[in-house]
Amino acid sequence: MRRLVLVVLLVLAAAPAARAGDVTRGEHLYGRYCLSCHGANGAGTNHGDRQGPPLRGVGALAPDFYLRTGYMPLQHPGDQPRRSRVLFSEQEIEALVAYVASLGKGPGVPQPHPERGSLSDGQRLFTDHCAGCHQVVAEGGYLTGGVAPPLEEATATQVAEAIRIGPYVMPRFSPRQLSPHDVDSIVRYVQWAKHPDDRGGWAIGHLGPVPEGLITWFLAAATLVAVCIVLGKRLRSG
Amino acid sequence: MGKAKAFLVSALTLLLARHRRPSLPPGERERIVVPEPPKGYDAELLSIWIFLASAACAVAFVVVYVLDRLPAHTQLLGLALGLSFAFFAAGLVVIAKRLIATEELEDDYPEQEHPAEQERIVQVVEESGLTRRRLLLLALGAAGGSLGVALLAPAASLGPVVHLARFYLTPWRRGTRLVDEHGRPLRADEIEEKTFYTAFAEGADKEQLPSSLVVVRLRRDQLDLPSENAGFDADGIVAFSKICTHAGCAIALYRAPQFEPTDPKPALVCPCHYSTFDPATGGTVTYGPAGRKLPMLPLEVDPKGHLRARGNFDGPVGPSWWGVRLKEPTT
Repeated sequence: MRRLVLVVLLVLAAAPAARAGDVTRGEHLYGRYCLSCHGANGAGTNHGDRQGPPLRGVGALAPDFYLRTGYMPLQHPGDQPRRSRVLFSEQEIEALVAYVASLGKGPGVPQPHPERGSLSDGQRLFTDHCAGCHQVVAEGGYLTGGVAPPLEEATATQVAEAIRIGPYVMPRFSPRQLSPHDVDSIVRYVQWAKHPDDRGGWAIGHLGPVPEGLITWFLAAATLVAVCIVLGKRLRSG
Repeated sequence: MGKAKAFLVSALTLLLARHRRPSLPPGERERIVVPEPPKGYDAELLSIWIFLASAACAVAFVVVYVLDRLPAHTQLLGLALGLSFAFFAAGLVVIAKRLIATEELEDDYPEQEHPAEQERIVQVVEESGLTRRRLLLLALGAAGGSLGVALLAPAASLGPVVHLARFYLTPWRRGTRLVDEHGRPLRADEIEEKTFYTAFAEGADKEQLPSSLVVVRLRRDQLDLPSENAGFDADGIVAFSKICTHAGCAIALYRAPQFEPTDPKPALVCPCHYSTFDPATGGTVTYGPAGRKLPMLPLEVDPKGHLRARGNFDGPVGPSWWGVRLKEPTT
């Protein structure tokens, strides 16, 4: 994680000459893997079976997210992008990110600081803004027409990026709705939710007290019936 | 001290001296309950051991409770107390099954004491024409009828049949401002596309069902409002009751497509049963169990740029238990 941020920092801080080289290589890769949907120079296409949103002005933020999660390249346009194997090497991703960022002015890769956030604020904000789909312990969920992914594998940067992008049918949240400090808190909560404090021992999907109660009742009812049968049986010898 | 020692010695003797022969019953009087042939004291010993185990587990619970910060502390506590109860119950089962005598005693009926009066009563009953069978049927009918009434009584809670007007009472009037959860008035220019906002009526109780709104912004060309909702939007900003018309959950999901040509259309989704409403067509149901559209609130922007209501909702707010009557065909 830290290394990732460091790499991104280095990329951003690197000399313009190095970036120019990256951009050329990125343009090459873009032509090979992205152009058929996203169009020449990131203009987007919207005809036939090749459709893709324009990439001008998305900055470094969106390509960094989509490429490092394996969301892109997508097999069929219109599919929900899902976390899968990352197809590009580190240098290739950097080159592509540099190229897409060079297409227009846009946001850079965010650098969340979960250690500065507040866990309790994060839980409240996550409950208000995210838990409707992702469930309260970030186990993921469903909505009509889409799947809200579990956030177990999401890194701090990816959570911060997704909040700003709103991939697929997720709403996006501007800095006015969720400040960078709010995002720090949410990231901190998401990281905590990867290993929640399971006091009861058996988490049962973290779906809350209802399934826990159901399972308890099933076990308890079976036990009670068994005890009743034992008690009600007459002794063979008697 | 001497007494305690004697108690301890006798307890141990009783527990450990397994094969001691049973002593003779006290006295020579005739027994009422004829004992089963003596089986020794195995059952008694067994139950005593089980009760001791129960006591040990209970003590273990106290010990674990005092020794805070053990690993798996909660689980150990539960295990100790659970086992203690289980042993206690098992001990009682052993006593009930093995120690309590289960012989049945037969006793002759006593002589009739007042034959004359009894005959009179029999005669009265016969002359009244009420047979036992008829009485049984009557009682059965009474029980069945009352049970039926009891089962039907909750139907009264399905909602008032006559006074529907109070369902239309909301805090929204012409000019009521929309405020966020902290009471800050919402400005039209801060409402962005592809995200959603929760708003409340200014000055109203936020806990009140009709007070809360879900607000989204759509592009003008996305809007396809039916004629009865024409002009309900304020420059593409649309507001709906946040309470799902199916079971009254809060609409907490907004499906906001990243790329419109290929992704699903914008929709407001209820997380409870996935009722899905289309904000572009005035909140019509596109999927799920909701029986009627989401109530829409007409909006306007005041000269200062704040969002205000332009009147009340276009339909009753809240879950649809009474929507049986209001159900409209959905398109």
